[in-house]
Amino acid sequence: MRAAVLVFPGSNCDRDMAVALRKAGADVTMVWHKDTDLPDGLDVVAIPGGFSFGDYLRCGAIAGRSPICRSVIDFANRGGFVLGVCNGFQILTETGLLPGALMRNAGLKFICKSVELRVETTESAFTSGYAKDQLISIPIAHHDGNYNLSRDDLAALQDQQRIAFRYHDNPNGSVDDIAGVLSENRRVLGMMPHPERAVDPAQPSADGQPFFASLLEQMATT
Amino acid sequence: MKARVHVMLKPGVLDPQGEAVRHALGALGYNTVDGVRQGKVIELDLNETDPEKAKSDVDAMCEKLLANTVIESYSVEIS
Repeated sequence: MRAAVLVFPGSNCDRDMAVALRKAGADVTMVWHKDTDLPDGLDVVAIPGGFSFGDYLRCGAIAGRSPICRSVIDFANRGGFVLGVCNGFQILTETGLLPGALMRNAGLKFICKSVELRVETTESAFTSGYAKDQLISIPIAHHDGNYNLSRDDLAALQDQQRIAFRYHDNPNGSVDDIAGVLSENRRVLGMMPHPERAVDPAQPSADGQPFFASLLEQMATT
Repeated sequence: MKARVHVMLKPGVLDPQGEAVRHALGALGYNTVDGVRQGKVIELDLNETDPEKAKSDVDAMCEKLLANTVIESYSVEIS
């Protein structure tokens, strides 16, 4: 599997993401935000966490209009797989590839801790390594993870089983306890929790391993 | 010519920051404040001389970048 990890000024989970993808067996290229083209023969683009462009204007707003993101939108529209974690999720909503927006946490505090997520669908390359309703422990670290979207968009997510993960105990005020959502073709996933920080026995949880393993497996068979 | 853009959260979207400001004002003894909504003001210096063109350009800028119309509304003043 060939993966690209985007790097913006202020990205700080780009190397963790590359480590997690390589550990699962991917061939990873780091791609700078000013590049206009993604590498050829790519299977997956990962947009990492961090504070791209200092969160100026809104989280993910400036990164979402960067030259490389135009290529990511084309890539996704051609059926490419895109993963956005934390700031990457915020960027994906700003590009319009995923619905909704991430607002300031309801409690106004930056939250950095492990949380329990419930796997809501196994019908995606990202979640097929889990069992439905499985509880997994994955870290969060964000100030703006309060997911908000219109009633119609929420109904569409629910009807199409596009909610990938829900918080077991909602930490940030997100609508319907949503922690991660899929695009209509189920190939774009955005989530606030960090699976790339849960892949090694030295980390508090290794529950992120099946996430990357199933992605790799899916790529190997397509 | 200048443009002043106001960006506010749409009515009905909970504004946790505005709520925190309201609580702080209450703590200072200002008990007359029933609600606070916090937004942004963005000032642009434009080299456009046609006010109508300036207005339509800035509206487009708001749609494309300055506001996230999923949760925010905006208004533009040209002067």
